[in-house]
Amino acid sequence: MAPRITVRYFARFREKLGLSEEVIELRPDMQTVSTLRADLALRGDTWAALVGPEASAVMVALNQNLLNVSGEVELNDHDEVAFFPPVTGG
Amino acid sequence: MTQEPWRVEIADKTLSPYCPAVEGWQALAGVGATVTFTGQVRRASALGDVDAIDLEHYPGMSERVLRQLLRDAESRWQIVAGEIVHRIGYVPAGETIVRVSVASAHRCEAFDAAAYVMDALKTSAPFWKREWLNGQAHWVDAPNAHLPKPRV
Repeated sequence: MAPRITVRYFARFREKLGLSEEVIELRPDMQTVSTLRADLALRGDTWAALVGPEASAVMVALNQNLLNVSGEVELNDHDEVAFFPPVTGG
Repeated sequence: MTQEPWRVEIADKTLSPYCPAVEGWQALAGVGATVTFTGQVRRASALGDVDAIDLEHYPGMSERVLRQLLRDAESRWQIVAGEIVHRIGYVPAGETIVRVSVASAHRCEAFDAAAYVMDALKTSAPFWKREWLNGQAHWVDAPNAHLPKPRV
């Protein structure tokens, strides 16, 4: 069975994308965070602008740890990836 | 009085501006200073009077980041106890959003550690504010979104 990951969206992203969470099956050509983002960007302009490879005002977490957005990180079965806008707590 | 010296909490109810753990920390032999920072909902804004904010968070990750902030502070300054409490949900103007308390031997470590925790929290802890004005809510933009490095 293909590996599956959970992808979560928060705050403004959740509202604009109309989705808080989904399970995505990882194809052989979609094994990293950056290829996942490229794939999500194919869904349309809003997706590309918020979470696509060119998006700048995005934070990405893998298994609840913040990622350096420019880094290339491998995805594994059961991983949890989250996309959200810059945080505004405190 | 014995208690856990390091504590984080995500609170969904009204939060006191005072940290109840401080009294216990004052009994610890090495403690000479405690600092508590309290952040609250500011009523005045450029757009008018703010009624409230509501706060969304990333359950699990928010606690994890707050715990890591205390560990980072402990590794950089001589602090012996610390607590971070952050509100989520609907917070009326004037109420506490966040409270950071630390205890140390001397005041400088306590001030610096508390300031570090607050600065790092604002750029790394997954919370998002929506501001309520005149019955309408809008997401608050991160003013420092392009300044990823917290002050140290």
